[in-house]
Order: sequence, then C-alpha cells, then structure tokens
Amino acid sequence: MTIAWTESRVLTGNEAVAEGVCLARVQTIAAYPITPQTQIVERLAEMVARGELAARFVNVESEHSAMAACFAAAAVGARTFTATSSQGLALMHEMLHWTAGARLPIVMANVNRALAPPWSVWADHTDALSQRDTGWMQVYAESNQEVLDSILLAYAVSERVLLPTMVNLDGFLLSHTAEPVEVYAGHRVDLFLPDFEAPYRLRPGEPRAFGGLADPGRYLEFRLRLQQAMARAAGVIEEEGARFAVAFGRGYGLLHAEMMEDAETVLMVVGSMATTARAAIAQLRREGRRVGLLRVRVMRPFPFGAIRRALRGARRVAVLDRNLSPGHHGILHAEVKSALFSEPARPSVSGYVLGLGGRDVRPEDIAGIVADVERREGGEDLIWWGTGAPPSEIPVPAERREALA
Amino acid sequence: MNTGWGGMNTGWSELSREEYLHPGHVACQGCGAALAMRLVLKATGDRVMVVLPAACWTIIDGSFPTHALRVPLLHTAFETAAAAATGLRAGLDAVGAPPTTVMAWAGDGGTFDIGFQAISSAAERDEDMIYVCYDNEAYMNTGIQRSSATPWGAWTATTPAARPQDRPKKDIVGILAAHRIPYAATTTVAHPDDLVRKVTRALGVRGFRFLHLLAPCPPGWKVDSSLVIKAARLAVASGVFPLYEVEDGVRLTLNMSAPTVPVAEYLSLQGRFAHLTEEQAAHIQSMVDARWVDLEDWHLRTHGGPPIGIPSALDGHGRPGDVVPHG
Ligand SMILES: Cc1ncc(C[n+]2csc(CCOP(=O)(O)OP(=O)(O)O)c2C)c(N)n1
Ligand code: SF4
Ligand SMILES: [Mg+2]
Repeated sequence: MTIAWTESRVLTGNEAVAEGVCLARVQTIAAYPITPQTQIVERLAEMVARGELAARFVNVESEHSAMAACFAAAAVGARTFTATSSQGLALMHEMLHWTAGARLPIVMANVNRALAPPWSVWADHTDALSQRDTGWMQVYAESNQEVLDSILLAYAVSERVLLPTMVNLDGFLLSHTAEPVEVYAGHRVDLFLPDFEAPYRLRPGEPRAFGGLADPGRYLEFRLRLQQAMARAAGVIEEEGARFAVAFGRGYGLLHAEMMEDAETVLMVVGSMATTARAAIAQLRREGRRVGLLRVRVMRPFPFGAIRRALRGARRVAVLDRNLSPGHHGILHAEVKSALFSEPARPSVSGYVLGLGGRDVRPEDIAGIVADVERREGGEDLIWWGTGAPPSEIPVPAERREALA
Repeated sequence: MNTGWGGMNTGWSELSREEYLHPGHVACQGCGAALAMRLVLKATGDRVMVVLPAACWTIIDGSFPTHALRVPLLHTAFETAAAAATGLRAGLDAVGAPPTTVMAWAGDGGTFDIGFQAISSAAERDEDMIYVCYDNEAYMNTGIQRSSATPWGAWTATTPAARPQDRPKKDIVGILAAHRIPYAATTTVAHPDDLVRKVTRALGVRGFRFLHLLAPCPPGWKVDSSLVIKAARLAVASGVFPLYEVEDGVRLTLNMSAPTVPVAEYLSLQGRFAHLTEEQAAHIQSMVDARWVDLEDWHLRTHGGPPIGIPSALDGHGRPGDVVPHG
C-alpha cells in the first residue's frame, strides 16, 4: 500500500484557503459572503455539509456578527475561522480589536479588495492595512501554495502566541486564479498542527469573566502584554516557518529576500506583485543591473530587524505600495523609513503608490520604476505610478476646480 | 376549556435560596437590573454561561479582576449579544463542553436598537439560547438617553421635557414572535413567581427563547430606590407592561386579566413623566387600552376565551403569587 503524502491539484486562491482550513481541522466557522471571497464561504459550507470537515458552520448575517461569533467560539477554546474582504473587513473593525485584545488565536482569510466609493472589487491592500493597529498579525501570500501553507502556519503561530492572524491574498490575482497547489495528506498536517488546547478559556461551571472593565491602573498592562506577544511572534513565525520547511519542504519567514547579493537598488513589494517583480528583476539582472527584491510577507509584527539587515549595503530602495494612507504616503514606505531611521548609514527610500483598485502592475512597470528610482538619489516619498492622464488633463468645470484639484 | 399551557403557580416558596449574584456588585441602590439577574440566576442555577454586551451590567459585574456572578461571563461589544451567544453555543458544541445554557443578557439599547440586526438574525436562525433583555427603557450606562424602548412621553437626556419621547415603545416581543421563535415572554423584577416560571419554561425549550424583563432604574426613572418594586407592579397592574407569553410565535397567553389601575397612578410615581399634561397622560391611557385590546384578541384567538380565573388584584404592593399562568 502506498501512502499519499501530497496531492497536486489545480486550485484557486479561495479554494486553497478552504483546503487549508479543512486540513487545519477548524472547529467553528462563521462567515459572510463578499466578492472576491465568496467561494471560501461556499466551499467551507459544502465541506461541512458533506462531513469532510467536522466544524460548526454559522450562517451569520454580517461580518460584524461573524467576528463576534468567532470571538465567543474562540473564548471557549474552539479552533475558529472566518474569511472576508474589504467592506466586510471594515465592518469587522470593532471586533478585530475585541478578538486581539482578548488574545484569541482566530485565523481569518482576507481577500484584498479596494474600498468604496467608487465601488471596486479588485486588488488593493488598503483594506487590510487600515486594520494594522488592531493587534492582528498580518501575513500576505504571493501564491496559492503560500495561501494554503499560510493558513496552517497561521494556526501554528497564533496558538503559540495567543494572537489572531489575518492571511491576505490579492483579490482575483490569487483568489480567482488557478495554480498547481500541493495539498498535504491530513495525517502529516495533524503532526505539524496538533489539536488546540486553549490555555485560557471559559468553561461551563467555572465562574470567570472575560473582558470586563479594567481601570486605568490595569488597562496599560494588558496592552503591554499584547505588544510583548507581538514581539515574541516575530521569532515564532520564523521558528514555525522553519518547522514547516522540515515537514513539507517549503519555508516561510517574515521577509523574503532574493537576488540581494551586491544589490544596489532594492524593490520592496507585498503579495502577488512579487511574482511580476521577480520576473522583471531577473531580466534586469541578465542585463547586468544590480537590482534585488525584498518581499515583506508579514506586516504585523513588522520585521524591523530583518529589513534593516537586508538593506545594509543597498544604495536606494523603491517601496511599492498597493495602498494609500491619504494625507501620508504608501503605508509600507512609511514603515520602512521608520525602520531605517536608527541606521547609521541608510539607503535613500522612494515610495511608489500603484496598482490601487486592481490596476495592473506589469513587468514594464517594474523596469520603469527601477529606472525611475535610479534617477532619484535623494529619495521621494510619494510617487504615483501608472496613473492615467495627469489631473491637469482631466476636464473639470471651472467652479469645481479648486475642490477637485 | 383549556385556556393556556402554563405550569403551576409557584409563588415565593419555590424561589431558590441559593444566591448567584455576589453582594459586592456595584449597581446603584435599588437597581432593577441587578435584581433581574439575581432572580433569573435563581431560576437557572449555575448551568448557564452569560454573554454580556455593553450596558449598565458591564459595570455592575465589577472591574477586573472581580466578577459578581457565580457563573461564567463573556463581555462583548454593544451590538453583538446575539451574535456572540451564537458563537459561544457553536464553540461549546464544537469542543464538546459539558451541558450548559447560553444566556445573552442585554439592555434595551443593546436589544431594541444597536443589537437589533444580530438578535433578529439569531432569532430567525433559531439559535439555541435564552436571550434576556432587561429593560430600563433608556441607555442608562451612558446617562439616560432615549432608546426605542423609551415610552411615549418620557423624559430622557436626549428627549428633554420640552420635547419628550414622541414615538410609542417598539413592540419587541411582537417583532420577535413574528420570527416564529419557540418562546417569548414578558416579566418583571416585581413578579418573581412569574419570572421564575418563565425562565424555567424557557430552560425546557430548545432554540431561540426571548424574555423581555422590565427592570426599573431609580436614577433613570426618577423614582426613589424604595419604589422600584412598586413601579414595576404598577406597570403591570395598569397595563403599561402586560404579562404574557407567546409560543411558536402564534399562541399568545395573557398571564393576567384586564388592568384595573389607571395609568396615571403609574406615571405619577416617576419624575421622568412629571412634565406630562393631563391630555398627554390620557393619550398614554388610550394607547395602553388599545394595546390591551390587541393582546386580549390574540389571547382569545389562541384559547377561545378571555384570560379568566386570574387574580387581578395587582395593587402595586407586591403581594406574592398574584400573577399566575393559566392552566
Ligand atoms: C458601539 C458602541 N456604541 C456606543 C457605546 C456606548 N454605550 C455603552 S452602554 C450604552 C447604552 C446601553 O443601554 P442599554 O442597552 O439600554 O443598557 P443599560 O445601560 O440601560 O443597562 C451605550 C450607548 C458602546 N459601548 N459601543
Ligand atoms: S443607572 Fe439604573 S440600571 Fe444602571 S446600575 Fe444604576 S439603577 Fe441600575
Ligand atoms: Mg437600558
């Protein structure tokens, strides 16, 4: 008899999420449909209905209620999952604070999508990044294989540090694009990810209260501990990533560096854009250009140390943000600069905002950005890349010109 | 003729001597909400887990690390009582926890207003929980602002006497009954026999069970803390807050016969109605009368006869056992 160790299947990102959730033997799911995440909810409902996944599936009426239900299910020690996107994630915001503050190791898939108005269902990281101060760990996958793997890793890490994890995948670019994905045999995952024994949980008959009022003499310590858990999580993510590599042959960390030896110009990217950037940079390398690639896989805890180490020796950095903090810059750009501030010698850092609302980022854009950043020795904080006609060329009625300028 | 399906008149004698609310809680003197919890837990015993959204009860339970109840309690966001209780039930089932009843415990604001989407949805899904709304008819925790449970004519900080509440109280039991839930009932802190019977009845049913529990608030109603019981008894005796239960959303049983006390007697006890003119008080009386006719109609349709054989001497002085179910 042969034991199947893995099965190679062609899966969309959404299907990869569902396979990961099934392999993780999640016990409670509460989720609500939203494009481009909907197939995750549908697929999981089907898996539960067919008995492939022995979980309670709650058909809640909103994302806010989804996260409230996950919150309570996790508080009694169930391994819990939900999935959402954009508007749904924004609606959950209050409960993201509740779940992280309560130190519950919930895992959520967020399919990155732009926020309205105007309505857009396409890829954009502003949805997830505007939740970065809630206390959730944030992982951004580059491929559908990484999506599946990240779900398993998320539980392994979350359940050690008692913080929730949001696994992000780009809307359509990953969620609806089919790729070959290795799906592991259940018994192998069971060894990597044993059942969850919650160290703290509400139990019938044990009269404890969770989440009650903390006066000013106590609240601060709760946040201190949350921050300490985040700091510890950085190491735990690396450890679990290494353990995963031993178990399944693929390793993951906080920051993925490629072609960085002797690199003078470094591009920093997040999510599926890394695949495009890799191809473009490899071509530039063949042309003798000294360009490197850093993919930030984990945005929280932010990999300060890894970024500082990786950028020692670089002359200039181009940070590519598929997000915007209006009134500030691209969010990764701002965070990379803050990471480098304490460095005695630091590269110049330029920030490119691009790809919002699903605008294509093509290999030509990557090559263009490399050429552009190499002309900017001092660095430039906010460069809009790939916009259509400059605003001056868009006809605007005279009386509205000031407001729309 | 079978005029109802209730149990026996339990009276004081069956009220458990066991206390599940510790004396160290921090409610105001005479707080109806604290008394409500005390009485309900006497009926449930310790086989419940409480889900508590933001409300006065958030404070009443005490600040970390104290906890005033002898049962487990999960604090949650204001609008999430029913959703979190749904998740708690799902989680308990998923981990194979020992048997327990999930009890959502929310104020009128958390139920009628901000938590309405979640409660309607949990009721529609017939989630397995007892949902208790302790109703003090305003947002008390934030300092007495109106809710959609605030009665017509009442003063609150956001419906000042010059422009008091100008909409009738939302019919929350009617709305929930319309979801065809197995059990919905009204009760008050001043009718412990009725309250215990209804909690016991709710405990014996599966699915979404709703209790609308009137719990006067001395500062919010501007009544002396010694008059809380009297106020709740007059609310029932005057028909302002009729006692009834609805089974499967269709069969209604009144647990009292026609009100005998003028509404004015109830109103005059409370400072929040002090500004009302006689005409305004008369308007309230007419709304109460009309509502009673509706409820009696429904009872008649259910049972084929009026609510009879029920002592109606609800004199507002807290005589035990004077409200009984049919049977
Ligand atoms: C989302 C949100 N909005 C507002 C509040 C502030 N808040 C806390 S309790 C409360 C009123 C509660 O009223 P009710 O449910 O009637 O309970 P009570 O305080 O009267 O017992 C309000 C407005 C909050 N905690 N959360
Ligand atoms: S304000 Fe009212 S409801 Fe709140 S604790 Fe005081 S008496 Fe109870
Ligand atoms: Mg209230």
